[in-house]
Amino acid sequence: MRDRHMEKGRITGIIFENIFRLSSILAIIALLMILGYIIYAGAPAMIDVGIREFLGGMEWRPTRDLYGIFPMLVGSTVVTAGAIIIGVPIGILTAVFLAEVAPEWLAKIVRPAVELLAGIPSVIYGFFGLLVIVPIIHSAFGNGGDSLLAAIIILSVMILPTIVTITETSIRAVPRSYKEGALALGASHIQAIFQVIIPAARSGILSGIVLGIGRAIGETMAVILVMGNSIKMPSSLLDRGRTMTANIALEMSYAAGQHQQMLFATGVILLIFIMILNFILLKLTRERQAK
Amino acid sequence: MSRKLTVFIALLLVSVLVFACGKPAETPAPAPAPQPEEEATPAETAPAEEAPQVEGVTGKIVVVGSTSVSPTIEKLAADFMENVEPGVTIEVQSVGSSAGIKAAGDGTGDIGMASRNIKEEEKALGLDEYILGFDGIAVVTHPSNEVKDLSSEQIQKIFAGEITNWSEVGGKDVEIIVVSREEGSGTRGAFEELMGLDKEVLVTGDAVIAEGNGAVKAQVASKEDAIGYLSLSYLDETVQQLKVDGVEGTPENIKDGSYKVSRPFLLLTKPEKSEAVEAFFKYFETDNAKKIIEDQHLILQ
Repeated sequence: MRDRHMEKGRITGIIFENIFRLSSILAIIALLMILGYIIYAGAPAMIDVGIREFLGGMEWRPTRDLYGIFPMLVGSTVVTAGAIIIGVPIGILTAVFLAEVAPEWLAKIVRPAVELLAGIPSVIYGFFGLLVIVPIIHSAFGNGGDSLLAAIIILSVMILPTIVTITETSIRAVPRSYKEGALALGASHIQAIFQVIIPAARSGILSGIVLGIGRAIGETMAVILVMGNSIKMPSSLLDRGRTMTANIALEMSYAAGQHQQMLFATGVILLIFIMILNFILLKLTRERQAK
Repeated sequence: MSRKLTVFIALLLVSVLVFACGKPAETPAPAPAPQPEEEATPAETAPAEEAPQVEGVTGKIVVVGSTSVSPTIEKLAADFMENVEPGVTIEVQSVGSSAGIKAAGDGTGDIGMASRNIKEEEKALGLDEYILGFDGIAVVTHPSNEVKDLSSEQIQKIFAGEITNWSEVGGKDVEIIVVSREEGSGTRGAFEELMGLDKEVLVTGDAVIAEGNGAVKAQVASKEDAIGYLSLSYLDETVQQLKVDGVEGTPENIKDGSYKVSRPFLLLTKPEKSEAVEAFFKYFETDNAKKIIEDQHLILQ
């Protein structure tokens, strides 16, 4: 009787193991299908046009068979970097405030508010940017308003929740004894935070930043609405510009033939960007685990 | 680590190969989505339709092409299927002018829709052209702009980025913000062709690119210094329509040809048409159809 019971348990165990395995294989298949298709659809045309002409070309004129995405590479990079420069300090300081400084009742208001930021659809961010931020920039600089700067402002708000949440978690994961030790040695609370806790939480904070970069570089809708999408090389933050994601989304609906393949090729470059980021993230988490 | 990487790359190669073998020699065709339906419906509907129908035309028409033309065709198709030839099924796919012309040429569609003239290289497909009507393209500014009239040459130079300040054309001393459509749009194609922006000079790279007529209108309506262009049917009081070469862009002026910035809405077919397509084209000449076309702000010849 007991044996039978155990046998049954063993079989259920095997069935469930296989269900889990199947689910995880599905995720891998989905990833490989997407990567495979993008590469299949984009790589031949990219080689056809020439990787140098594609990555280094200054002109994107599909009707003239000119497919240079260098201005968009610059657009994506500058906008992402700008968002990180503004968003990261604010994000980290907010996380420190939530984890260390704020009284519990205040943290209970701020934390859900920050988390709610993550739930706002990106088109709403874009719409807000178009109706509020773009006109403000226009009245300050008279450049029409659509600009890299507008995208940077919107994106730095959009990456806040990622950075705040992950940073706060990793600050809380720092053993209490670190802080107590620092305080016992005569450090002030602020000194303990900046000299001991933040360095100890460094790898967690870094992975938060990398995830933030991933979000900023992949953002499409909000950026299309506030950046003007010009194909010209931007020469200042007040200029209009286009990101790789915007390029794909804007032109996909009408593109055919080589034009469409070159949009896939843009996707390949974007994927490579994201994969490099993920690789860095992987390294950072490894480092954290090793500690 | 390196072994894992090898496995990953190997798997990736396999999946690329799967796609490469699965569709031999086919470039990713635009909007293949509705294809399966196409195959499924004739089998289901054909026998069912023959029963109640004593005489009249039966069959299926696939209309593919311009997003600007498709709203009109959808209205016409609905009326045609309901009141004229119930035995005919019409399917409308809006994927853009270029794709529509291609579809008519290679037979994936029975009728192609285009919101611009046929290009030289597309003439080689040997398609019959039917002009459904004309659509005007309005050149618009913010309502507060004091410039009311521009010559074609001035418009060309503004969009090419050679004139960059409103003061050069009699306005305020502020920079002009050029708003254009995305590459591949039929409206953009027609505007470039009409304004001579498709050969030596091109639309400036600095132009704000807005996706769709509505987005152009929103951009121009929200920016005092902007200039843009959009289909006449999208005009309203949030933007100001300019005279071009002193001529107002009214339906009358488009009809008599004095307003130059207009384009034909074309229907393209292979020279040998099916019975159903013939019937659909004949229907366009009826008063009912003409009324529907005019209700869509198209100008009949």
